[in-house]
Amino acid sequence: MSSRTNISCLQEAKRVAIFGGTHGNEMSGITLVNMWIQNSAEIERNGLVIKPFISSPRAVEKCTRYIDTDLNRAFTPENLSSPDAEGLPYEVQRAKEINRMFGPKGSSDAYDVIFDLHNTTSNMGSTLILESSTDLFNLQMVHYIKKAIAPHTCSVLLNEHPQLKYSTTRSVAKHPIGLEVGPQPQGVLRSNVFESMRTILKHALDFIELFNSGVEFPPCTVDVFRVQERMDYPRDTNGNITAMVHPHLQDCDWEPLNRGDPMFLTFDGRTILYEGANTVYPTFINEAAYYEKQQAFMTTCREILAANAIRKACK
Amino acid sequence: MYLIGSGQQDDPGLEDEMALAFLPALARMAVCGGTHGNELSGVYVVQEMERQQKEKGEGAWPIPVTTVLSNPRAVKECRRYIDTDMNRCFNRATLSSPITESSPYEVRRAQELNNLLGPKGSTDATDMICDLHNTTSNMGLTLIHYTSSDWVSLHICRYLQTKITKVPVRVLVLDFPINDAYNLESVSKHGFTLEIGPQPHGVVRADIYIIMKEAVDLTIDWIHKFNSGTVFEGGDVEAFKFIKSVDYPRDPEARTLTASIHPQLQDRDFCLLKQGDPLFFTFSGKTVKYEEEETLHPFFINEAAYYEKGIAFHLAKKLTLTIPAVQVQKD
Repeated sequence: MSSRTNISCLQEAKRVAIFGGTHGNEMSGITLVNMWIQNSAEIERNGLVIKPFISSPRAVEKCTRYIDTDLNRAFTPENLSSPDAEGLPYEVQRAKEINRMFGPKGSSDAYDVIFDLHNTTSNMGSTLILESSTDLFNLQMVHYIKKAIAPHTCSVLLNEHPQLKYSTTRSVAKHPIGLEVGPQPQGVLRSNVFESMRTILKHALDFIELFNSGVEFPPCTVDVFRVQERMDYPRDTNGNITAMVHPHLQDCDWEPLNRGDPMFLTFDGRTILYEGANTVYPTFINEAAYYEKQQAFMTTCREILAANAIRKACK
Repeated sequence: MYLIGSGQQDDPGLEDEMALAFLPALARMAVCGGTHGNELSGVYVVQEMERQQKEKGEGAWPIPVTTVLSNPRAVKECRRYIDTDMNRCFNRATLSSPITESSPYEVRRAQELNNLLGPKGSTDATDMICDLHNTTSNMGLTLIHYTSSDWVSLHICRYLQTKITKVPVRVLVLDFPINDAYNLESVSKHGFTLEIGPQPHGVVRADIYIIMKEAVDLTIDWIHKFNSGTVFEGGDVEAFKFIKSVDYPRDPEARTLTASIHPQLQDRDFCLLKQGDPLFFTFSGKTVKYEEEETLHPFFINEAAYYEKGIAFHLAKKLTLTIPAVQVQKD
């Protein structure tokens, strides 16, 4: 029996975009989006406008993460409001274009939902990435997806950290969702990773269609991993790494890391231990693109988020 | 019966299993990393060896070892190459091409390395090059040599096979004539590419680094033992010989991929591929099968760098090479 006062009435989600190629060498999303641009039958849903879109065509063409700067860090207020000028980095130009097409970020004209498709070299499995702990629509969608893919699993990463949160491509939309699947090397297309991503998106679109048709989703809880800290590699005075992720930590994304556990192994064979006071849950362990961002892995803590029942608002 | 030979397969008397071949000592060795700038195990093994050399001087290793960062510009940018794949630049034509303003960076660098470690084919060439590579394919440790007739390299391969047990250790021969051999290891008299995977490009995995370091140390160990007079017994070496490449299914006009490596083939490098076995899984859900009658062995399955070369995997035939016992030639 649900109290009618605890149902959140939310606006219909009419316009949905699916971004691939925000990073030009993360192949699952690029392949899916190109496929759906050619033939959109699989992603069509009643009453929904669904736009598959390649975020960074030049990077995709060169099969490189970015041309001048990381597009998935480029959607800052400064960049989005910068005047059009010669010599702007490619990704800043692109961010402004994407903001015009799918935003403006923060306005009522913005797209309702953007799924941004990524791959990682880390052993993260399928991971849905949220930027807010209070976006009920997203929480309910994530809950729906997790139930739908069971017994397969999907982790949920929440990045609401004031310093570590970054201005993503998807942040242009009212409800941004990141979908990160790994492990997959950059420039490689693995069939299992591709199909996992495809299945998750199918369920996500089903949810949106159901929501728009008036279905009420009861209150739920979502287990999430909340971003705590970025851990860098040990480095020398020139900034070069002096150790690697320890074999005992490698591939152990989402598993507890306790004080005294091995964390890094130096090139000459010395083990460096994790000294933190509390148990943490590392993720993005040994992601290729993060060496230059001074990150060997991220620590997270486990949390349970609660979401009210939701229903489409009546007109 | 004793032979004094050059170490080549076509020397007389090989049929006699008791034959012992006397070969010259290996005086100079080079360990090369970063031939592809984003294959990081080799970059860090070379870096660590340089640090050890600074720390211990002459005593770092029992034989003189030169460490080389083959493609420093590509390493700095963590890219496979700047202008062109350097590990395709060591054939005679490229090594002797005139350098102009517009010559690719890697062609210049290849000629520099040929001067430093070669010249290829001459008596001045370094005795052993160990060129360190990574692959995104699940190839374990694969020792690649351009020829099947170099007994020293095959002996070292066998030695590594007995000593390294954590991952499969296999031998791959290309059988190119020396002038056509295009990879860096063909510059030296003996040598091989040490290819270890799976590792994503741009990543260094500790488990892979450890194996690569061990393989280099064991190679140095073998050379030292050989130079000191140890007799290494002959016998059979199982090897794989490159036959041909297979590309992905592609759209006939756009040339874009229409399938990926089938999940039942993914990560199964060097397995037995029989007629009817799955090769590719199309994006529309169909399985593309291996149609040929000849049973072959796929390798370099789903290597990131080979998409642009139109290669989904290579195919090899398994064969047995016979090598004589070897001992260092006394002066």
